[in-house]
Amino acid sequence: MTRRRNFLPLAGFLICVAAFLAYPLVFARYPVTRDVPWASWLLFVLGLALVAAGLLRAFRRPETFRGRIMGPILGVLSLAVVGFFFLVTEVYSRQLPASAGAPQIGQKAPDFTLPDSQGRPVRLSGLLGAPAGGAAGSGAPGSWVLLVFYRGYW
Amino acid sequence: MAISVDPPATTREHLAKTGWTYTFLSDPRAEVIRRYDLLHPNAGQTGDIARPAELLVDPTGTVRWRNLTESYWVRARPEAVLEAFDQLTGRRAQEPSFEPEYSRAAVPRCISAASRST
Repeated sequence: MTRRRNFLPLAGFLICVAAFLAYPLVFARYPVTRDVPWASWLLFVLGLALVAAGLLRAFRRPETFRGRIMGPILGVLSLAVVGFFFLVTEVYSRQLPASAGAPQIGQKAPDFTLPDSQGRPVRLSGLLGAPAGGAAGSGAPGSWVLLVFYRGYW
Repeated sequence: MAISVDPPATTREHLAKTGWTYTFLSDPRAEVIRRYDLLHPNAGQTGDIARPAELLVDPTGTVRWRNLTESYWVRARPEAVLEAFDQLTGRRAQEPSFEPEYSRAAVPRCISAASRST
């Protein structure tokens, strides 16, 4: 009697790989799936559950199902993918400098001049409104500025 | 107003590709980033970059709100910046109709809201 192919470990592994890739490619673009990667973890749970189900039937009913060699291999690979995702999203991404010297609320933002994308110099104090009402530079009086620092490498 | 270590030419290509319209400043040697103590040493492909951070500066040049994220996947949402701006100024900023994508559509609106005259 020929034993049936056991596709569940492979399906589970592929779902884990897809869940891993979906985070940078899709989920990270939307705050609701980026800040807490619940969608990714849901897919990982599904993938690991399929791997587990495949392993169970490979070892409990070896006369019916194959997969006692490939099953554990795919299981380990799936766990490795999940572990790497955890490292990337929860460990590496949190290894940020303390930035204790960054301007606190209530402190002055240090003035600076930097070139924009056209190479034109832009000065922070020139964008802010002068307190007395006299506008400095090109900024309208009373303007606020939101400074957003990016990691870059567009 | 965005700041990164990318040179203007790189940023120009990036803006042409994405259609973003707000101001992008270049700090290739991370001098301003360092002065703000937001340097993330050797975290980039070729050296130092900025750690993600958002600071809301009022017309007197004083920092009134800031967000130093603990994870670079998690940034301030535009709604959060606008809410802070509303609370600080005691009025509603222009009603934005945010699209779900943070960086493409929402930030320029949040910049324009934050840079309104008081």
